[in-house]
Amino acid sequence: MDSVDDATRVEMYRRMVLIREFELAAMDLFKRGDIKGAVHPYIGQEASGVGVCMALEVEDLIAGTHRSHGHNLAKGASPDRMMAEILGKVTGYCKGRGGSMHIAAFDTGSLGALAVVGSGIPIAVGAALAFQMRGEDHVTVPFTGDAGMNTGNWHESVNMASVWDLPVVFVLEDNKYGVSTHIRDSTNIEDLSVRAQSYGIPGVRVDGFDVLAVYEAAVTAVARARAGDGPTLIVTESYRLEGHYAGEPEVYRERSEVAEQWQHDPIPRFRQVLIDAGVASASDLDEVDAAVKAEIVKAIEFAKQSPEPDPSTAMDYIYA
Amino acid sequence: MTPVEKDATSLGTTTPVMSPELIQQVDSDVPSHVISYQEAIREALREEMVRDDAVFLLGEDIGIHGGAFGVTRTLFDQFGPERVRNTPISENTIIGAATGAALVGMRPVAEIMFVDFSGLAMDQIANQAAKLRLMTGGQCSVPWVVRMPQGGGAGKSTAAQHSQSLEVWYAQIPGLKVVLPSTPYDAKGLLKAAIRDNNPVIFLEQKFLYSFRGAVPDEDYVLPLSMCDIKREGADVTVVASGYMVWHAMLAAEILAAEGVDVEVVDVRTISPLDEETIGASVRKTGRAVLVAEACRSYGPTGEWGMVVVEQAFDYLEAPIVRVAGRDTPIPFANSIEAGVWPDTDDIVAAVRGVMA
Repeated sequence: MDSVDDATRVEMYRRMVLIREFELAAMDLFKRGDIKGAVHPYIGQEASGVGVCMALEVEDLIAGTHRSHGHNLAKGASPDRMMAEILGKVTGYCKGRGGSMHIAAFDTGSLGALAVVGSGIPIAVGAALAFQMRGEDHVTVPFTGDAGMNTGNWHESVNMASVWDLPVVFVLEDNKYGVSTHIRDSTNIEDLSVRAQSYGIPGVRVDGFDVLAVYEAAVTAVARARAGDGPTLIVTESYRLEGHYAGEPEVYRERSEVAEQWQHDPIPRFRQVLIDAGVASASDLDEVDAAVKAEIVKAIEFAKQSPEPDPSTAMDYIYA
Repeated sequence: MTPVEKDATSLGTTTPVMSPELIQQVDSDVPSHVISYQEAIREALREEMVRDDAVFLLGEDIGIHGGAFGVTRTLFDQFGPERVRNTPISENTIIGAATGAALVGMRPVAEIMFVDFSGLAMDQIANQAAKLRLMTGGQCSVPWVVRMPQGGGAGKSTAAQHSQSLEVWYAQIPGLKVVLPSTPYDAKGLLKAAIRDNNPVIFLEQKFLYSFRGAVPDEDYVLPLSMCDIKREGADVTVVASGYMVWHAMLAAEILAAEGVDVEVVDVRTISPLDEETIGASVRKTGRAVLVAEACRSYGPTGEWGMVVVEQAFDYLEAPIVRVAGRDTPIPFANSIEAGVWPDTDDIVAAVRGVMA
């Protein structure tokens, strides 16, 4: 996309690196026992979340999944408050009530990570309905994995959004696996975007390792939604380069398969695109990398130094 | 033009078997009008939709058809298809969409055609709407109402998948409020309160009650979502009941009064949060407790109420606590066996005689 200015391209790169470094740090903290529960890394899929969210305004809303650190960071959430949240600290976005799988950042337009697969999709549809009823031109983006496409939620929601021409961009991130189950064992079609046809909406399939391709598809879909012309399905095809969760044994796939997919790593690829196009020099991008790494170090420090929630507040935030 | 209020249609019933005189909640000097439970719900919806543009309805066949029980009939004509919104048959997404709209400032009132169908929406109710406020550390609230007809009644014969009483499913979920009104006055005042409340409220409508009539004030009013209501004061025995069972309890109290037994009837019109204090105070006064619910006996509401009595009034009890509850069975179809699975007036009379003996 020639129309994307240099600053935007560099910002795409920065956000992808931010997600990568955040996830590497989270995996490390999890393995050290500093993070309890689970961490579901978004590594390999950074171009998908960043390409989509760079096409959104702050008032546009995303709804995520259990694997949504990347979505939140792509939408502009603070790494400090995210790291504090997944360490269970009161300075976290959800005051330590949500954790890794439930980060919501309403101030940057994230309705929340909802960890029952498929469950965030109807909620994004409802928010879009409110926007439409009030004549506001915001859009909503529910992110789903390939596995989530086989839930009843997905079917019901795409159908309802289509019937009502709601401003929703359904982003289906095909990372090839639902936990251990490969998409070929759960879905009998090769091109997942064809499902859009049965709902009477456009469906596009893009290289999910290519941030500009994702961005281009998102810009088109968002414009269609804002214009009141209804929803679009975008399938971003990439690969889950890490396990379902940090530390997973991954007995269901060959190391060689994973190694082959690392060749598509979206970050070095986009780095080279920027250098080749003269958008930024290697040293410019090294500076971006260094700044991001410093930001992550600061986020970890902030999180570790923050207090845990007071046990006396256990019953807060149940009722409004 | 004032839309014409029509009475229950299709699956609704038309012939009350109990006298409205049994429960009178509006003083004679208060300007009021007499309407059915169904009309009371419709009035509440209409008045709240006029009052607040953020209120809208969504559900299956609630538009021109007026819903399976005709509750929303005429609202479609007045407010149009945007605000009285017919949906595909997609229970989980009906509730999820209500949640999403509520998160960004709307006040949706969703209808699930029968509470029996709400299992299809359970993830959105139990895992999403009820938990979002806590999971987000108070960043949001979910001000929706989900209306669901429930329960049975003699001769309804809607069988196992259209007759259950499921208030306990929802009372088990922190973050929800659960309402089960027994009268037109309570239905209107509680529904208005539910719509104005900032939390997700499960509003259960006992469908046998749709045709029951009673007075409601002409003026706007709301009722608290956290209080039992003493429907009849008495000194000898407390009957705790909800929904249609309140009417059976009131009729039983009339019969027992003729025998010299003075019954107090406590209506648990908000199932959750439970007003434990009113139940406790009543039993501390009377010393006897009979607990009546249409829902299944095992792990049902009567078990919870009984424990409240134990915790709050054990030292005052003059007789064992007795439960009168629905039997532990899927609801059978044929009238001859259906009638036997729910408690009725005679069961309550017998239970009270037992604790008075």
